[in-house]
Parts: sequence; C-alpha cells; structure tokens
Amino acid sequence: MSEIKKIKNLKEFSTSADRFEGANLLCPGCAHSIIVREVLNATNDDLVIGASTGCLEVCTAVYPYTSWDASWIHIGFENGSTAVAGAEAMYKALKSKGRLPQPDRTPKFVTFAGDGATYDIGFQWISGCFERGHDMMYVCLDNEVYANTGGQRSSSTPVGSSTTTAPAGRVSYGEKKEKKDMIAIMAAHGSPYVAQVAPNKWKDMVKKIQHGFQVEGPVFINAISPCTTEWKFAPEDTMMITDLSTDSLVFPLYEIIDGHELNITYRPKNVIPVVDYLGAQGRFKHLFKPENKHILDGWQTRVDRNWELLQRREEARV
Amino acid sequence: MAENRGWDEFDAGAILFTFNEKVDNIATTLAEDRPYSSSSSFTASVGDWRIEKPIFNKDYCIDCQFCWIYCPDVSIIARDKKMIGIDFDHCKGCGICVEVCPTNPKSLLMFGEHLDDDECLASWPEKDEKEV
Repeated sequence: MSEIKKIKNLKEFSTSADRFEGANLLCPGCAHSIIVREVLNATNDDLVIGASTGCLEVCTAVYPYTSWDASWIHIGFENGSTAVAGAEAMYKALKSKGRLPQPDRTPKFVTFAGDGATYDIGFQWISGCFERGHDMMYVCLDNEVYANTGGQRSSSTPVGSSTTTAPAGRVSYGEKKEKKDMIAIMAAHGSPYVAQVAPNKWKDMVKKIQHGFQVEGPVFINAISPCTTEWKFAPEDTMMITDLSTDSLVFPLYEIIDGHELNITYRPKNVIPVVDYLGAQGRFKHLFKPENKHILDGWQTRVDRNWELLQRREEARV
Repeated sequence: MAENRGWDEFDAGAILFTFNEKVDNIATTLAEDRPYSSSSSFTASVGDWRIEKPIFNKDYCIDCQFCWIYCPDVSIIARDKKMIGIDFDHCKGCGICVEVCPTNPKSLLMFGEHLDDDECLASWPEKDEKEV
C-alpha cells in the first residue's frame, strides 16, 4: 500500500503538480475539470485513467492534442469502466507472473464518466465491474443531462428540469421522472466505499478520494458538476451554484462504507430553501409560474424526506 | 503532424504522447520542468476565447489559493504556496477566480481583453466598507 499524500490545507495542496492540462475544450466555467484536478491531485501515485464518452472525453482528447499527463484511454460510451477493469486485471496478471518493470509502484485505476454513461448507457458494464470486484475507482461527473450532445434528459435529470427531449412549455413542466438513486444502487453491490462529493468542499472531496484509493475493491464516487451551458447560468457562478446545491441539501454529501455504514460528511450550518437553488438556474425558470407551484413544493418535500432518510440511516448503521 | 493527410491515411486508433522523453514521476514534476510534446494541450492555447481577462493585484492577495483550486483551466500559477500569476495561454476568462476571491477589495478582477494591464491596476477599486 502506497503512502497517502499529506494535504493539511489549501496552501499545501497548491504545491501539487497538475496532471491535467489547460487548453482543453471544455466550456469556460465547467466544473468537470475542477473535479478532475481535485481527484488527480489527491494522490502522488501513478494513474491509469479511462474515460467514457462524454463532455470530458471529447474535450480533453481532441486529436492531435491530449490534456492528460497520465496513461489515459477512451473506448466507447458504455465501457469506460470495463476498459479500466481490463487494465487492472492485466496488471494483476503481469504482477503474479513477475513481469512488471517496476512492481513496487502500484498505479491507481480511475474511470471518469458523465451521468449519461453512468446512469444509463454504461450501467450494465459498471454493475459487472463492481460485481467482479476490480480494484478501481469510478468517478461519475454528474451534471444531470447529456450535455455533450445538446442537453437531452438522462435518468439523472431531476424533476422539473427543462431539457431538449423533455422541454418545458404549454403542456409540460419538463422532466417528470425522479432522479435515479445511483449511490444506493452502487452501495447495494457491496462496494467497500461509495461517496457523494462536490467540488466546492475540496477537503471533504480529497479525504473521500484518498479513502477510496486506500480501500481495495471497486469504489464509486458521484460528483456534482454544475453545467453552465445546460443548467443555464453564467460561467463565473459555477462555485456559487455548487454551494447552493450542497447547502440546500439537494445534493447531500455522504459516504457509505461496506454497503451499510452511512456517514453524513457535511451538515450545512444554515440550510437554505430549495427554491434558492432552483431559482439560480435557467433550466428551472418555468417552475416559478403559478401553475407549477406544486412542483416546487414537491421539490422541498422530496429533499426534506431524503435528508431525513439519510440521517435515520446514519443513526441506524444498517 | 503532417498537414495534408487524407482521412484514410491516419492510423486506426491514435496514441498521443504527452512528453518527448520519459518523465520518472510526473506527480512531483512541475509544469516548467516537464518536456511537453506538441501533442500535449499544454502547448496549445485557448487564450482567444476570452472577452474579459482576469487581472491579478498582488497587493491585496492573501494566498488563500481558492482561485487555484477552483480554476477549471489550470491557469492559476501557484508555486511554493504563493499565487504568482495567471497563465493567459490557457485561461478562458470564465471569471470563477474573481468570484471566489475573498479579499476586500478583490485581488483578482475581470477587465476587457483589450485593456492595458497597468491601466487596469491603476483603476483598482478602493476597499468597499459597505460589504463588511
């Protein structure tokens, strides 16, 4: 087991040498690269990275450029997880045969994928990886929409969000289905560590990532990634929207260890109403019309119920 | 890269090498010591995306590094726990660094891309008493 990188405070963290480069083609203000930087800087170990098709993949590997300073592979939309799982299996095989040039340097295996590749298209592949128990980390950059292809709904899209395939208008208030609870699904796979993170709480995030790297087995990380283009807010407001999402408990930060031990890792001092979070984004603008008031009320009820559930689960330890 | 290759003349699949030579430990090698190859996007520029540029005023900076951690484009240059400047080749002018800057007045502000840096620094606002 390799040494954990010591990160006491942000000044110490800022001495990290980034392994992710600028001049990628992500939109200005995109949270994807903030999350990627926080994940990669959390360790000094070698990295084997895979990416499923999505904004991150198409924007960081535009031929003839790559933005990655580590081994990086892209195959398809669905199999970012299995590509990395294959590399991990290969590594283990070579290690047992004694054919590794540097056997003392164990790399970390990481997959980055968007919510489309995680919640919908790659779901079967991820499930397989977690069932087989590969020693890898899967990071889902959850921007709640297929942002890369123009803003279609995914099964991560929350109720009331206006997307190009579930547009709000005269007859509809947008997306009607609730967001899939991917954390619970991955925890139910018996994963040793499952966590939800947000880029604004960098210390919480680094702690979770380091824990995820230390445990053996498949680790699932769900990271909220506000999308300036599809959530319709100004690029400079990315961190403000992330703050609103964590402080309104729309996106609570917690971890589940070994499928049963749930810990809430961030309790906001002042919980803000969900309407503050919804009102800051253009995709929920239509919910503030009088005829859609029941959707807004439903949002608050759902968020409160979910927070209550998490707290009860944390107490119960089951 | 050859300029005039047809679509069927490229290799099936592509391997891009970020560095021209072997780097033993990338995680501890800072950007200025890395032998970047021309296929690393570090050697490219997106500076022409900007309409506004962030200007850094080191007089007010407290080296909190919020701008470093929240910069999506690796454009805040921090060395030895100090913020030393902005990488204008990679900055897209999103303005996150200005929003997260906690000082009063802010030590980073957005100015028009066409303006002169010294003029921007000269027009820096005074401390805002109302905001306390």
